[in-house]
Order: sequence, then structure tokens, then C-alpha cells
Amino acid sequence: MIRRRTLLAASTALLAAPAIVRRAGAQSAFDWQQCKGQTITVSLTLNPRADNLQAHEKEFEALTGIKVLSEQMPEQQQRPKMVMELASGNPSFDVTHFSLHVSKRVVAEGHWLEDLRPYLANPKLTAPDYDWADMSAGALRAATQSDGRVDSLPIETDVWLVYYNKQIFAERGLSFPKTFDEMLATARKINDPGKGMYGFIARGVKNANVPVWTSLLLGQDQETVTPDGKTLLTDTPQAVWAGEMYKSLLRDTAPPGVVGFNWNECQTSFMQGKVGMWMDGVGFTPPLLDPKVSKIVDHVGFGLMPAGPKAHYCPVFTDAVGIPVKSKAKDAAYLYCQWATSKQMELNMVNLGGGASPRMSTYSDPTLMKKSPFGQEWLATLLASVKIARAGLPEIVPVTEFRDVFGIALTNMIGGADPATELKKATETFKPILEKSLKT
Amino acid sequence: MSATTTGAPQGPTTSGAPEGPTASGVLLAVRRRRHTYVRRYWVFAVPAALVVAAVIVFPWLFTLVMSVHDWKVSGNVYYVGLTNYAHLLHDDRFLWAVARTLYFTTAAVVLPVLIGIWAAVCFARQFPLRGAARTAFILPMMATPVAIALVWTMMFHPQLGVLNYLLTSVGLPPSSWVYSSTTVIPTLVMVETWQWTPLVMLIVLGGISSLPIDPYEAAEIDGANGWQMFRYITLPLIWPFIVVAAVMRVIDALKAFDTIFVITNGGPGTSSETINMLLYQTAFGYYDLGYASAMVLVFFVLIMLLSLVLLHTRQQELTL
Repeated sequence: MIRRRTLLAASTALLAAPAIVRRAGAQSAFDWQQCKGQTITVSLTLNPRADNLQAHEKEFEALTGIKVLSEQMPEQQQRPKMVMELASGNPSFDVTHFSLHVSKRVVAEGHWLEDLRPYLANPKLTAPDYDWADMSAGALRAATQSDGRVDSLPIETDVWLVYYNKQIFAERGLSFPKTFDEMLATARKINDPGKGMYGFIARGVKNANVPVWTSLLLGQDQETVTPDGKTLLTDTPQAVWAGEMYKSLLRDTAPPGVVGFNWNECQTSFMQGKVGMWMDGVGFTPPLLDPKVSKIVDHVGFGLMPAGPKAHYCPVFTDAVGIPVKSKAKDAAYLYCQWATSKQMELNMVNLGGGASPRMSTYSDPTLMKKSPFGQEWLATLLASVKIARAGLPEIVPVTEFRDVFGIALTNMIGGADPATELKKATETFKPILEKSLKT
Repeated sequence: MSATTTGAPQGPTTSGAPEGPTASGVLLAVRRRRHTYVRRYWVFAVPAALVVAAVIVFPWLFTLVMSVHDWKVSGNVYYVGLTNYAHLLHDDRFLWAVARTLYFTTAAVVLPVLIGIWAAVCFARQFPLRGAARTAFILPMMATPVAIALVWTMMFHPQLGVLNYLLTSVGLPPSSWVYSSTTVIPTLVMVETWQWTPLVMLIVLGGISSLPIDPYEAAEIDGANGWQMFRYITLPLIWPFIVVAAVMRVIDALKAFDTIFVITNGGPGTSSETINMLLYQTAFGYYDLGYASAMVLVFFVLIMLLSLVLLHTRQQELTL
């Protein structure tokens, strides 16, 4: 009797097997074509990440059948355009690319972007190999709002490093500095204005210069605002130390006119072979190695951000993609965001030199390990930077005002002003702005 | 509404002449017809009036409303009365921006006007290749401001720019151009002068071309030299043209934005931050639309006052 029942069960299972396999197959084969025929508009910030997305756009269209209309715009224009359109309630885009270190809190306050947690949890919309847990802890923290909402997917974590000119270092018998104090001493040794040679260069122009100062401040194991975002830490002895270091580096060892230099002027000067070190984002690597524009193609070194007196961190600035609540093609837009932040696209971006991936799997990819596009030193520096990454700017609503107010203080320091006085004045100026932002 | 406001007698004349149209009757008829026209055709003005209301009146009223609110783009809107205006009076950054705007405007009006007059006098004379020289002179005015601003930015680079190369080539020390707080506004004025002097030249040249020859012939007979003819004949006669050019330059210089935005973005620090730059940053950088609106209105009043002063000056000249 038992044998007959077992036989019956076995035969039933055998008969049902093809249907079960078909169903299981249907579940695992994610339907990328579910929004076929739809059109989405994508607003991109002009940078290498956007180049990467546009370069592979046709692949996305072939995969999904979704038509993509994408446009790159310089960040100075794209940032206010995004906010104004979202605030208007009638955005012209279905996906927006933005900097979390600038716009995270403002989009949260307006509740303008779709909470993506239900999308991530929905197997019909999220491919099984997407692997949200693969995102680094820092990237997840950056993409998560204070109320727990995840209203964007991180696409890039721009870690900062120190580019250096190996030829200049070799000619003077110098080695790459391990600490900020050593960096200043090294820059002074290289500096020779009479011969048009300068030790160090970094952003001096207001607003853009603040991340340089905050990078130095991280070496004191301190950020500019307390974790709750309510109290400024910008006139502490540690902040003044970072201000002194910034002033010494840029006033004593940088080229004349650095007070008006943004990253592009710094990059141009460094590529001419007249500057020993340049501190900025890893995403600016490709032009340095392009013989059409760079005179130092064979001499570019990549150094890990030096340590400060109390800590060793690398500042990080995260870019992300999000979907407006008012979008009429949210599912199609989500498929785009998912594809844009997929493992393969992140690997493509790193290979392009567009920045650091927020995904941990990128750094164990065998092809990247075997053949780094910019050499093993670049890859090793990138990996080491990611491991010690820490947010470079405070998560507050008036972050642009913060950057302007303290940026002006920093430019005054380059002009010779006392860092303690300038930071005290800037702190007093910004304090009511921060308090007001917390009330509204 | 009555059209019989003249009180003129109606009907037959006292001379017993046959009835016909009197002068007052004709006048009345004309007035009635005009009145009818006004009643009948005012509808044709409605579209234009609506467009003006939509694109000029409404934005101004809305700006006025925003200026009395704490209007954050991402948050709620609160009525604050005149607080934004009161804050402007104590905002050092705004007051410095006003001072810089006036400094920039003064220099960016005076220099193009002086050079433009001189160029117009030169181009009014006959000389070989005059047409080609005129064309070359007005080329800067025809270029796109953003494009030329980018070109100037490259030329101003302290180490790699061509301007410092030229200076050092002739033994002069290099300049920091827009990369120093002391030289940034004079340098921006230089760009503005380079671009807009041709406009002044064209306006003044038009004036010179329309001048009569007789006064010059008389002055020549009287033994006047070139400077005296310019000072006592040309200048007074072309003065109305100069005032028009100056008014246009004042308005243009006050609202200069694109060149400054591209070349310095208001820097170094805030050294070239004019009112335009500050209000753009306040509105689209800080998203503080209420405060930015208050700035706009103050700025508007400033432009109106300066324009009225100049136009009043011109009116005085014409009536003398």
C-alpha cells in the first residue's frame, strides 16, 4: 500500500515537473520588457558618470524597449533647474541625476522623489541579481533619508585623492607624504615660484573650496556639523587647524591666482607639469592620462589622502538617481535607475575613470583586478580610499549657503586673513541660517 | 457719458442762412465718432493688454507678493511683512553688492562712452579701408556674451593665459586679472568696454552723420581749430545721441550678468558679486525666493531712478 502511494506521488511529481520548472523559470527570468514602448526623459549632470550612461543608453533601450531621452547639463544649471521643476509639481523629467551632498536634504524636505523601498522589495520590478545589499555602507547611508526613506539609488561615490607628479618628486628625491604635515613640508620643498614651479594646488574659489578644508578637517576626526545637523563645529580648534593648513598650502605653495581656481583650472595647471600635487576627486583622472591635453601622461601618480593628527579619512561625495513623485512613467524610470546602478554599469563607469563605484562587488571583479584601466597604483589608491571614505560635506538643507559662507572665509585666508577670526565670523553668519532651516 | 461739453449752440444760425454743418457741429460729430470708435474698437486692444498683464504686470505683482513672504522653495510660505526689506538694510553682503554694482556700472558706462565718442569722430572722417575698420570695430558687439566670456577666461589664466604672456614678453609684470580681488572689477570693466564700445560708437556716429556742414564752414572761416570745432559744435549737437547711448549703457551695465557669471561667478570671494549675482544665488542657490524678490524690487527701483535721472538730464538739454 505504501509502495503504491509512493509510486503514485512519484508519478504525480514527475508529471507536474515540467510545469513547476516552467514556473520557476518564469520567476527567475526577470521581465525587462514590462514597460516596452514607453518613453522616459532623463536629466543628467554633466560629468563622466553621465557620459557612461549615455554611452550605454542604446543597450538599455534594446534590453527594455523603453525609449530614453537624456540630456546633460552643467551642475550649476542642472541643480537649480531640478529643484525648481520638482517644486513646480510638473517636472519635465522622469529620472534625475543629482548630488546627494548638495540636494539630499532639500529633496527630502519637499518629498519630491519617490520612495524606492517598495520598488526594491518588489521582485516584479527588481531583477534578482540587482543586489541592493551589495551597496557599501557609506552609499546606503548617503541614499537613506533621516526618516528612513530611500528616495534615490547611489550611482557614484567620488572619493578624493592626491594626484602627484612623479617626475618632480623623483628629481627632488621626495616620497609621497603620509600625513598633512608632511604634505605641507613636501609642497614647500617643491615650491619655486621663480622657476614657475609650485608645490600644491587645490580649489581656491569660494563654495568649491570648502571640500578641501573639510578633507583636512576629517584628519582631526571631526566634521563641520554634529551628527544631528543642529550644531556647527566650524570654529573649534580642530577647524582652525584645518583652516591654518588650508591657508599654508594655498597661500604659500600654490600658483598666484589660485583664489579664483576651481577644479578645472587646477587640473589644467597640474597637467602642464608645473605643480607637484593636486588634491581632488578620482573622477578627474582620464584627462591627466590623455596625451592630447596632458603633458604629464607618463608621470601621474595617485596617492591616498594623507592622514591628519587624529584620524585618517578620505572624503566622499555621492551622486544618485531618483524618480519624481509626479513622473508618469515611474516603473520605466525605475528600470532605468536599476540598470544605471547595476553591477555591470558600475564596472563600466570605473573602467571609464568616471569615479568610484558604490558597489563592493566592483572591487572584486576579476577583469578590473587583472587589467586596471589607469594602472595598479590608481586601482590600489581607489580601493584604499573607499575603505576609509567618510562624508565630506554636512547633510543640512542650506548646504549651498554653508559652502558660500565658509568658502568666502577660506578665500579671505588665501588673501592673508587669520583663520580663527574668519571661521568665527563665518560661523556667526551661518548659525542663524542653519537655525532658520531647522525651524521651517 | 456726454459728448456735448463745448456748450456750442445747436440748430439754425442767427443769420438766417440755410441749415448746414457749423464748425461746432462738425467738432461735435467728430468727437461722437471718436467716442464710437473708442467704444467699438477697444476690444482690439484687449489681447495686447492681456499679454502685457500676463508677462509684465502679473510677474511684478507676484514678485511683490513673494517679497513680503518667507518663501522657501522646499517649505511652507509665511507672511513676514517688510522683514525682507528691513533685512536688506542690514545685510552687509547686499550693501557691498550695491556698492560694487554702482562702481562697475560707473566704470562700464564712462569708458565705453568716452572711447565710443572718440571712435565715432575717427570713423566719421574719410580714410583708406574705413569700411573694413568699422566692421572690425563692431565685431565684439556681435559676439555671444557667454562665448566671449569663456575666451576671456582662458586668456586671463595667470600662468597659461595669453595676456600675461604678452605682458611678460614686453618686460611688464604679469597681472592676476580676475584672480585677484583688487583687479577683478577693472578687468571685468575692460571686457565690458571691449564688447560695448562699438554700440556707443554706432549711435554717436549716426548723430555725427546727421550734422549740417554750415557751422563747420563758418567756424573754419572764423579760424577755429579742430578741438574748438569738436568742443563747441560737434559735442553740443551730438549730446542727445550721447545721452541715449549712456542711458542704454547704464541699463545694460546694471543688469550685466552673463559675462560676470561665466568669468568669475562673483569671485574671488565676493569681490565681483554685483546685485544680479547675489540675487541669482539667493534665488537659485539658496532657494530663498522671498528675500531674492525683495532684492529684485530694490534693484528695479535703482534702475528706474538712474534711468530717470539720465532722461531728465537729456530733457533739460533739449529744452535749453
